Amino acid sequence: MTVAAIPGPRERAGDRLFRLTIAGFAGLVLLVVLALAWQLARASTQTWRTFGPAFLWTSTWDPVGEVFGALPFLYGTAVSSLLALLIAVPLGVGSAVFLTELAPRRAAEALMFAVELLAAVPSVILGLIGVFVLVPAVRAVEPILGKTLGFLPFFRGAPYGVGLLSASLILAFMVLPYITTITREILLTVPRPLKEGMYALGATRWEVVRGVSLPYARSGVLGAVFLALGRALGETMAVTMVIGNTPKISASLFDPAYSMAAVIANELAEAASDAHLSALIAIGLTLLAVTVAVNGAARLMIYRLERR
Amino acid sequence: MSDAAYAGRRRVNAAMLALTAACAAVSAGVLLAILAYIAWQGASAIGWSFLVNLPKPVGEVGGGIANSIVGSIQVVGLAGLIGAPVGALAGVYLAEYGRGRFAFCVRFAADVLNGVPSIVVGLFAYALIVMPMKRFSALSGSVALALIMIPIVLRNTEEFIRLVPGTIREAALALGVPRWKVTLFVVLPSAGRGILTGALLALARVSGETAPLIFTAFGNRFWGEGFLSPVATLPHTIYTYAISPYEDWHRQAWAAALVLMAFVLAVNAAARVWLKPSRGAAY
Repeated sequence: MTVAAIPGPRERAGDRLFRLTIAGFAGLVLLVVLALAWQLARASTQTWRTFGPAFLWTSTWDPVGEVFGALPFLYGTAVSSLLALLIAVPLGVGSAVFLTELAPRRAAEALMFAVELLAAVPSVILGLIGVFVLVPAVRAVEPILGKTLGFLPFFRGAPYGVGLLSASLILAFMVLPYITTITREILLTVPRPLKEGMYALGATRWEVVRGVSLPYARSGVLGAVFLALGRALGETMAVTMVIGNTPKISASLFDPAYSMAAVIANELAEAASDAHLSALIAIGLTLLAVTVAVNGAARLMIYRLERR
Repeated sequence: MSDAAYAGRRRVNAAMLALTAACAAVSAGVLLAILAYIAWQGASAIGWSFLVNLPKPVGEVGGGIANSIVGSIQVVGLAGLIGAPVGALAGVYLAEYGRGRFAFCVRFAADVLNGVPSIVVGLFAYALIVMPMKRFSALSGSVALALIMIPIVLRNTEEFIRLVPGTIREAALALGVPRWKVTLFVVLPSAGRGILTGALLALARVSGETAPLIFTAFGNRFWGEGFLSPVATLPHTIYTYAISPYEDWHRQAWAAALVLMAFVLAVNAAARVWLKPSRGAAY
């Protein structure tokens, strides 16, 4: 609620100064976003000039020979993020349904606190657990998966432990809180009369969830999924520590891979040549473009929902 | 409708609801397992000397992380001093004057910035400060963390100022108080608790950020020498120790993780208690 809407006397000099000052701070935020894109574009011109857009679909990464193509990193980022969503979305939506429809209020609040705390765990700590707990566990499970599901190309190869499977699992738990929190908030806004109407017709709880609540929440859940995808695409530390850091494209989820964020984290501080540096920043610019597009879509969906 | 059909629907109902309960149990269970495991692994390696000593040279067993703790306080502290005021004042602008196209652009920019991966923010700080100065520095790390804080603080401030009832503003304005004084000394203090808590949560979040520090603050095995030189930070030390081949460093990584996790947990729990009917504003 702002007072600005009420037409009043002319703005006082002090008020004007104050308004312009804090408008300056707001403008600073805008400036930062523009400067960010501009700086990265400027620092990566060398790469775009040398390789052109083919940088994005060639797969040689040779810092010594100064030949760069980003496809293996794009592939690793895309596959690990999508697989993470495949695991996290059902789990998150299921949790949100339980928390809104079934759990007693006290229990729901305690569980929500736990879920929110999961979002607060620093990613380097999740990576630490990934390295010493998850990777050995995955290494133990992979031969079993290979035996039972080995007819699919996704479950073949040597059980390294590090690789796409581990990265996706850890990413799934990192984005799970976002999906659960947002889905729950939307489920709480489902109008009671709609649900009561269906109960009055003799529907079971599950039928109400499936017939009323989830369809009502659909666009919001989609927004949550996009937001989670944005997080997963840019997540760095936990992925760097478990993905295996090998720039190869392989259909098997057992094989080590690489991600866009991980290659920047690993190589930037030690990049020896300008060409190498420029290529890494070009990857950063690509990552920026992708996450801004994904987040922009998510925000527009959520803005539209808020207006409803 | 036959009884058999109804019994079938009841069974589906029970099965699906049990499945959602299992989902919730997994989500919350993972957190508990993580916390318990860190506490268990960390507790066996932590001690007073670990907290107050410098790291030993590579290959020697023992040593501590005192420089990382001090470095983290330094880098995160400066980030807070830059990020919190900028975010809060921009938030005040959006809440009090936030109509029209400019405000929409700022709000959208803040949401975009919030979604930018932290490593990309780190790249920006690298291109902006490290490249021209030709050296890694604590300052560049602080700038990166501040940029991550700004959108979080901004949206949180805006939300809490909007909760201040219009009648309070009108009462002050009716007494003839200039508008800037109303905003600064009446509206801002009544939203103060929420704004401060939001800033603290943002601080807790960036204190765990590692990715943007790898090539800005860089790390250091000794005490840092001011803001223009490389400095060790807690999350970065956890990272380097975790991927190292030394058994003793792994042990220390767990202990350092316990310290960091305890800090993050304490801030989150305090914010929860302090701000009773709370809503997570960390997104």
